[in-house]
Amino acid sequence: MQVPAPFEYARATSVDNAIELLSELGPEARLLAGGHSLLPMMKLRLASPEYLIDIDPLADELGYLIEDDHEVRIGAMTRHRDLLESGLLAQRLAIFTDAERVIADPVVRNRGTIGGALCQADPSEDLIAVCAAVGGQMVIRGLAGDRVVGMRDFYRGPYRTAVGAAEMLVEIRVPLLEQSGSAYEKVDRRVGDWAVAAAGASITLVQRKIAAAGIALAAVGAREVTCAEAADVLVGQPPSDELFARAARAAQEACEPIADQRGSAEYKRHVVGVLTERTLRRAAERARAEQE
Amino acid sequence: MQVTVMVNDTDYTRDVEPRMLLVHFLRDELGLTGTHWGCDTSNCGTCVVLMDGEPVKSCTVLAATASRYAVRTVEGLEVDGQLDPVQRGFTEEHGLQCGFCTPGMMLTARALLDRNPDPTDAEIREAISGQICRCTGYATIVRSIRWAAEHSNPEV
Repeated sequence: MQVPAPFEYARATSVDNAIELLSELGPEARLLAGGHSLLPMMKLRLASPEYLIDIDPLADELGYLIEDDHEVRIGAMTRHRDLLESGLLAQRLAIFTDAERVIADPVVRNRGTIGGALCQADPSEDLIAVCAAVGGQMVIRGLAGDRVVGMRDFYRGPYRTAVGAAEMLVEIRVPLLEQSGSAYEKVDRRVGDWAVAAAGASITLVQRKIAAAGIALAAVGAREVTCAEAADVLVGQPPSDELFARAARAAQEACEPIADQRGSAEYKRHVVGVLTERTLRRAAERARAEQE
Repeated sequence: MQVTVMVNDTDYTRDVEPRMLLVHFLRDELGLTGTHWGCDTSNCGTCVVLMDGEPVKSCTVLAATASRYAVRTVEGLEVDGQLDPVQRGFTEEHGLQCGFCTPGMMLTARALLDRNPDPTDAEIREAISGQICRCTGYATIVRSIRWAAEHSNPEV
């Protein structure tokens, strides 16, 4: 029987209360959101916090998706299922919809939250790549107030983030750009498994040229999830299959996959190329559709 | 710690360790062994119960967390001695072989039909995609849920 090691349990009544508890209890305290990343880690003793602060009661306070002044604000306790079912995301930031269709399974998506997934910072985490590709900003709250960081600062390598001991990720802000499209695709072995490899792309068109682009990869060991080398290939150019193939080659060169039970390094690198091209094509189609 | 969980419309209070998972609370504290305990890793879905009507994997929820919700287990599917249409569907269409995945499958089916009374086969397959039947009896499970959709007459 797998059960977590013993811990003390506290239940937060508000975001402020959760941060106060974190600050009182010290670095051995962890927040429990949907629990679908942390509890499995605790069963395996990969995490053994002395205190768990259950923030499930904050699901209302931090469960929201709001269009606000050229950005979408997503509360950190928004559950995967609500992201998947959001019409706003499907229409304007379809990369989230693409990703949520293939994150875990429908039952897990009922509980898991975006904030929990991002703070777990698994190197295969889809939503880290999604937020990186679209230039998401993470709002981190502490006793001293809020600070906002991009994914490049947020993701500090496997299982490490910019969120400090007495801090909490409270919101994700994603810019809503005109004439933009985004897409996500992953290859996995079966429903609910981590990715063999995954890619996300976003493109902004201005007068039929790519004015801005974001490409991010998951599960292929790059130093950072954002693949600037591939995005640089695109900027200033008119979209074309040939251009996307060049960007895909840049992504293949930038990633550093390792061989494991999900495939050889060569196979994963091949998949990165295919998925980068596909997501770029789909992002460009969506950007054009938005133009019309 | 003292935890009170509402299961099938009854409040149960028990003194448990904070680390107690909902699946063990149901089985070991309440003796409700209809909820099965399988993989421990939130993959297999045999431990699925409903929390406020939505299917969740009870091996990955603390009993303490569940105390904020109304929990429904397979024991609570039957109402006033009448089997739920989903239970009747599994009987009519041979939706089970060994029966180990059945409680979780039926609860997910109930939640699906509550939201979508007439799902397509593709929607049924998507809904149960987080649950594993190692007898590989998926075709009959899908037929069972279809049967329930077609026979969900409330006065029956």
